[in-house]
Amino acid sequence: MTATVERPEHDAPSGGKVPLVELKNVGKSYGNIVALKDICLRVHAGEVTGILGDNGAGKSTLIKIISGLHQQTDGELMVDGESIRFNSPKEALDKGIATVYQNLAVVPLMPVWRNFFLGQELRKKSFPFSLDANAMRATTLTELSKMGIDLPDVDVPIGSLSGGQRQCVAIARAVFFGARVLILDEPTAALGVKQSGVVLKYVTAAKEAGFGVVFITHNPHHAHMVGDHFVLLNRGKQKLDCTYDEITLEHLTQEMAGGDELEALSHELGRKGA
Amino acid sequence: MSTTHVDMAERKVVHDERVKERNRVQRLLIRPEMGALLGAIVIFIAFFIVAPPFRSPEALATVLYASSTIGIMACAVALLMIGGEFDLSAGVAVTFSSLAASMLAYNLHLNLWVGAAMALVMALAVGFLNGYLVQRTKIPSFLITLGTFLMLQGINLAVTKLVAGQVATPSVSDMAGWDTAKAVFASSFTVLGVSVRITVVWWLLFTIVATYVLFKTRIGNWIFAVGGDQDSARAVGVPVTAVKIGLFMFVGFSAWFVGMHYLFSFNTVQSGQGVSNEFLYIIAAVIGGCLLTGGYGTAIGAAIGAFIFGMTNQGIVYAGWNPDWFKFFLGAMLLFAVVANNAFRNYAAKR
Repeated sequence: MTATVERPEHDAPSGGKVPLVELKNVGKSYGNIVALKDICLRVHAGEVTGILGDNGAGKSTLIKIISGLHQQTDGELMVDGESIRFNSPKEALDKGIATVYQNLAVVPLMPVWRNFFLGQELRKKSFPFSLDANAMRATTLTELSKMGIDLPDVDVPIGSLSGGQRQCVAIARAVFFGARVLILDEPTAALGVKQSGVVLKYVTAAKEAGFGVVFITHNPHHAHMVGDHFVLLNRGKQKLDCTYDEITLEHLTQEMAGGDELEALSHELGRKGA
Repeated sequence: MSTTHVDMAERKVVHDERVKERNRVQRLLIRPEMGALLGAIVIFIAFFIVAPPFRSPEALATVLYASSTIGIMACAVALLMIGGEFDLSAGVAVTFSSLAASMLAYNLHLNLWVGAAMALVMALAVGFLNGYLVQRTKIPSFLITLGTFLMLQGINLAVTKLVAGQVATPSVSDMAGWDTAKAVFASSFTVLGVSVRITVVWWLLFTIVATYVLFKTRIGNWIFAVGGDQDSARAVGVPVTAVKIGLFMFVGFSAWFVGMHYLFSFNTVQSGQGVSNEFLYIIAAVIGGCLLTGGYGTAIGAAIGAFIFGMTNQGIVYAGWNPDWFKFFLGAMLLFAVVANNAFRNYAAKR
């Protein structure tokens, strides 16, 4: 019951490698409102870091700091062991940190391959430098099949794909364009059980391919299935920082729901059911 | 970003293995302009049967001419609609351009080409203003361009009366540059004994270039993207503002082009012309399969839409019907086209 680590050690075991991304006592205040305080977090290559928290826990603020949309007001953000401050998402992207937001940034009516290369289109080497459609189609297909998404036709509008497939296309796109660290903002939030499975499989595939994955969710089941390392946020503070071996799903769920609060809740609901 | 350099030779093999060739007929059927093409064929056959004069090659040349002046504008308006915006000022912008070129050259005693160049700058400026205001204020382009439409209409009338003292500009046919400008914008040539207006050639050229840009360049990809979902487009690095302003300016350019045709065709310009033509351009684009909400459509579709307009416009006369019915037919066709296009698109989405 007391496996909770209120303040994790800065040099907790990390396999001896330099983390791709590390947060040291990072805090963020908006005026007099403290959104985040003393967050410590490490993202290693080939690992999934699950960030859990209920609504308003500070998950969004945290990813906005890592992805360069906002700047921290306290503490340090380190990439490859070097302290850094991102002024724009572009700078984070250049460092290989790509964020896949919930709305995915896809254009529903456009074909899958056009979406995949949108903004970074391949062009032929000679005049008149028209789009190299075949290469883009082929590349899209290969990149998707690498991650186990079987699309017979990349010419269909991306809006006709299922939510899980769309999520996977967005992730595959980030991977293809040079991401080393993938930040997935609640990728399973709007998905059914089966579709979530597709995305979770993809997350595992990305991890095995050596990417550092930051998996933001409020679903402890999903986090426990793929995560190697969990960070639990509650009201802007870090409540938990542990590895997969140190925690069970039940415990994670309980912590997530607020520990004692959940017990009280189940007690209450249990009485009603009886 | 260095990973973008991929081994294409290897990928192509995979491509050939895995992509199931979609049924060619089906692939053709789900193109946005398919409904319009079928409609055009039906209308052509109908007039061919009921109107004997319609069968002559001269009649076809006349139909093509009527289609071309609408078609050049419809092409630009279609691109703008694919990019998710409207331009209600497109109709009067045509008159605005010809008035500007005519009066500037006449009153400043300039070569007509110089007047035309100044009018081009003004037409592009109107397009830029439309685009800039839409992007800056985030107010729907329908309202912004409704405003510029009324303003241009007022300017056309007021400035013409002020400068020329009447509602039409004086003839410029004796001024320097007339012959060459007329050759470019308003001449005719003979094909197999039939006189064809040069705007037909320009119309086809506009359509071909627009089609190439839409499907074979990154700018085309961006046009579809800003029309389909501009926030997503911005998130992946598409310069949304530049693309939209560019599209409005292309409408301005096309309006100038058609304006020059009218000027060098008739040598005087009626200042009240062009009002309500903007709807014809939009109708042609919509009949051709463009979605009002943006992100979908083709330039070829707009050309077919313009051709349907030209056929109906002339066909009613050739058939000896009362031309008062023209607008009724146009409206009925628009309704039919919208319903048919919707059905085609739903069919496509199910595949």
